[in-house]
Amino acid sequence: MFEYATAAVEGALAAGARYADARVVVSKQESINVQNQVVESLDRTEQAGVGVRALIGSSWGFFATADLSGRAATAAGERAAEIARASAFVPGDPMKFADVDVVQDTYETPYAEDPFTVPLSEKVDLLIGVTKTMQEVEGIAIATGSLTFYDTNKWFVSSQGHRIQQHLVESGGGFDATALGENESQRRSYPQSFGQYETGGYEVIRKWDFAANAGRIAEEAAALLTADELEESETSLILEGSQMALQIHESVGHAIELDRILGWEAAFAGTSHLELPKLGGFKFGSELMNVTADATLPGALGTFGYDDEGTRAQPVDIVKNGIWVGVLSGRDSAAMAGLPPGGMVRADGYNRLPMVRMTNVGLLPGDSSLEEIIADTKDGVYMATNRSWSIDDKRLNFQFGTEIAWEVKNGKLGRMLKNPTYTGIGPVFWGGLDMLAGGDEWIHWGTPNCGKGQPMQVAHTGHSAAPGRFKNVRVGVRG
Amino acid sequence: MSREIQLTEQILDLVGDRAEAEVLASTGNLALTRFANSFIHQNVAEVGEAVSLRVAVDGRVASAKTTATNDDSLGSFVDAALETAAMQPVDDDWAGIAPPSLIPPIVHADDATYDATPEARAALVKEFVDAGNGMLAAGYCQTEGQSAAFANSAGQTASGRSTSAIIDGIHQSGTSAGSGHAASVAIGDLDGAAVGALAAKRATDSATPFDTKPGEYEVILAPEAVGTLAVFLGFYGFNGKMLSEGQSFVDLGSQQFDRRFQMWDDVTDSRAMGVPFDTEGTPKGHLDLVIDGVTRGVAQNRKTAKKLGVESTGNNIPGSDGWGPVPTNVFVGGGARPVEEMIAGVERGIYVSTFNYCRILDPKTMVVTGLTRNGTFMIENGAITGAVTNMRFTQSFVDALGDGTILGLGNDARFADSEFAPGIMYVPTMHLASWNFTGGAEG
Repeated sequence: MFEYATAAVEGALAAGARYADARVVVSKQESINVQNQVVESLDRTEQAGVGVRALIGSSWGFFATADLSGRAATAAGERAAEIARASAFVPGDPMKFADVDVVQDTYETPYAEDPFTVPLSEKVDLLIGVTKTMQEVEGIAIATGSLTFYDTNKWFVSSQGHRIQQHLVESGGGFDATALGENESQRRSYPQSFGQYETGGYEVIRKWDFAANAGRIAEEAAALLTADELEESETSLILEGSQMALQIHESVGHAIELDRILGWEAAFAGTSHLELPKLGGFKFGSELMNVTADATLPGALGTFGYDDEGTRAQPVDIVKNGIWVGVLSGRDSAAMAGLPPGGMVRADGYNRLPMVRMTNVGLLPGDSSLEEIIADTKDGVYMATNRSWSIDDKRLNFQFGTEIAWEVKNGKLGRMLKNPTYTGIGPVFWGGLDMLAGGDEWIHWGTPNCGKGQPMQVAHTGHSAAPGRFKNVRVGVRG
Repeated sequence: MSREIQLTEQILDLVGDRAEAEVLASTGNLALTRFANSFIHQNVAEVGEAVSLRVAVDGRVASAKTTATNDDSLGSFVDAALETAAMQPVDDDWAGIAPPSLIPPIVHADDATYDATPEARAALVKEFVDAGNGMLAAGYCQTEGQSAAFANSAGQTASGRSTSAIIDGIHQSGTSAGSGHAASVAIGDLDGAAVGALAAKRATDSATPFDTKPGEYEVILAPEAVGTLAVFLGFYGFNGKMLSEGQSFVDLGSQQFDRRFQMWDDVTDSRAMGVPFDTEGTPKGHLDLVIDGVTRGVAQNRKTAKKLGVESTGNNIPGSDGWGPVPTNVFVGGGARPVEEMIAGVERGIYVSTFNYCRILDPKTMVVTGLTRNGTFMIENGAITGAVTNMRFTQSFVDALGDGTILGLGNDARFADSEFAPGIMYVPTMHLASWNFTGGAEG
């Protein structure tokens, strides 16, 4: 496949590009959805094509085609150059492009069990089984389960000499139970809402032991119908690990994207409350807040060998002892900001432009545990598993809802509470982090549905997190 | 014979009599010119072909999609789909493939848009940018042309072309932003300067915002904000799957909305976009959702229609197995009043240009949280008296449109961007009695 990527690059150079790179991507995806013991959908998707990026002067152009032939690839390069010339019709400042090591290499996700060779019947039976278990709990109206597997091969070539082949394998899934009341619905999910995804093979699914958790999840969903509603107050909030992961994703991960900080996403995804002159001095949170973006974590969903600009995966400090010190960047955004490129540019398929995306943006573990945090809390709320998320275009004001909560009184879990929500302002909220778990409660949570860009792209990102406690949080906000 | 029709025939031939089969093939162009900091920074285009196949072997159903459409690939693609289906349990809810039926002779396509050049998109971007007189502009111009063909083994066939063109963006003053949006089947209908001028005016007018107290406010919602209401009602409520599962607020035949509220789905309207059939080959037509505030219908595909004992309305979309059928050619009835008159009727309220990052808390009650964005203004004694900072709301969309709550409907109905997609909601400005703002966006 390298020959098609090379043809695309050569087409762009012959048409006047001063730099070009191209990716051939051949991918397959298998997705199984079961509802109430019935297979609702079983989809297999294959995608193959080449996308090429051309830089002329300071203007970019990108063109993609599903036609994998030498002639079509060359023509795609020429079209990318043509588009770059049109970009110059509305020009900006001179474009900078950071140097990186020119690499010829291969990378493959470590995995034990190819998910595409596991018998379909085994996967379907697993989901039918967990939905059956959930349906056996009184009050459960809808029980769903899903599995999705991705197998992606990429061949990257640049006019600077990169030749990189990667084979990425990702696996994940989950299930949820919905109980319907007279004028409400209550849901519980496992391992987290939208499921848990990691790089790796079918061993990821086995590890999470769906069958052992289905009954408990369904019973919690049913119990929520008669639970008390969380009342509005300001209190200590303890977040379960997967909700902590989403909190990191939304209020830290997107805020540190350099393209947002530079204004490149202003109209759609938004900008950031972070300003580059404050890098290295801005207090993002408490001393317990240590965040890294690390694309090398084994098993985490945002792990790879090289990004889609050919930059090697690497760990980058983002927040150290509460101080903002790093960003997510690519070769052009880093150069424009005067920073080293972080290798965080990825594309959703051959036909999408690589852009700054989260890798594994995680909160380093603390030295406590959930049990100790609860025991230390006199009055508070423990919330688990995301149900809704909303945050403003500067990534400052958020309101999250979770599926379930429990009151915490005098160091013990108390009543189950339904419709829990909490709201806050990012740095104020993170400044209230005063206890943080670690050890085996620190998990590489995966988010398979991070939307960004126009045309829309969906990225798979990782967020290592453990439960933690935040002081003085406004909870229970509803209309 | 077009390429996409040829693909459908080729695949049905490959399936032969081994299964019930339906095929959707598409070819086309998608191009998007994106700008920020007043220059074009991302400029992309793609050509492609894609095929979706669903097969049912004695009620065992599987789906497959591919962009690898050469002759060598299609045979193995079909065989794999059939093998997958054979390993499935029987789906008792399988409603079978669509029977032959007439497709409305509607074409929403424009040749100049289908083959729009990067220069044409850049020209619209330049008009938008220049309208800001030096303010920082950001946004996009997109053109799309699609040719689609459907065929199934029951003999149903359909084909059509569609195009769309969009200019959307903001101008930024340093302390504020204002937005503008226009969409049409034809790129020639777009006026980048006018859209840019509206965005610039909103940005200028909101350059010195002040904080206002959260609470219940009368609101004037511009079309983008109304588009958000409509898309949430459509996707979470007027959705046959959500209804059949008991998760929708919909109570057919009940007065669930203000008597002035009308909402319908109609691909046959000359203003609509898209092709007049769905991904199951069912013809699309006019579907009343709300008449005079009474809920009258929901979108259906073949599976949800079978469950509910009704007919498919032709609203299956990719992903409907999980999400359910939804209306995507939605119109909300407008009124006769200019926006200025509507504002003049407000003693104290808030004008909202757009909502942002809205998320549903409970589909049964349609409680949604989100924020305002790109131009939020205070109205006092019938006039806009200043800009306010963005605010968070938590509000039931059904309650907001309940009986007696609509105080006015504008005469400015147009395609509005919505939370989920542009080009699917055609709505006017709306004056509502109450909206629950729960806090400022910046604390």
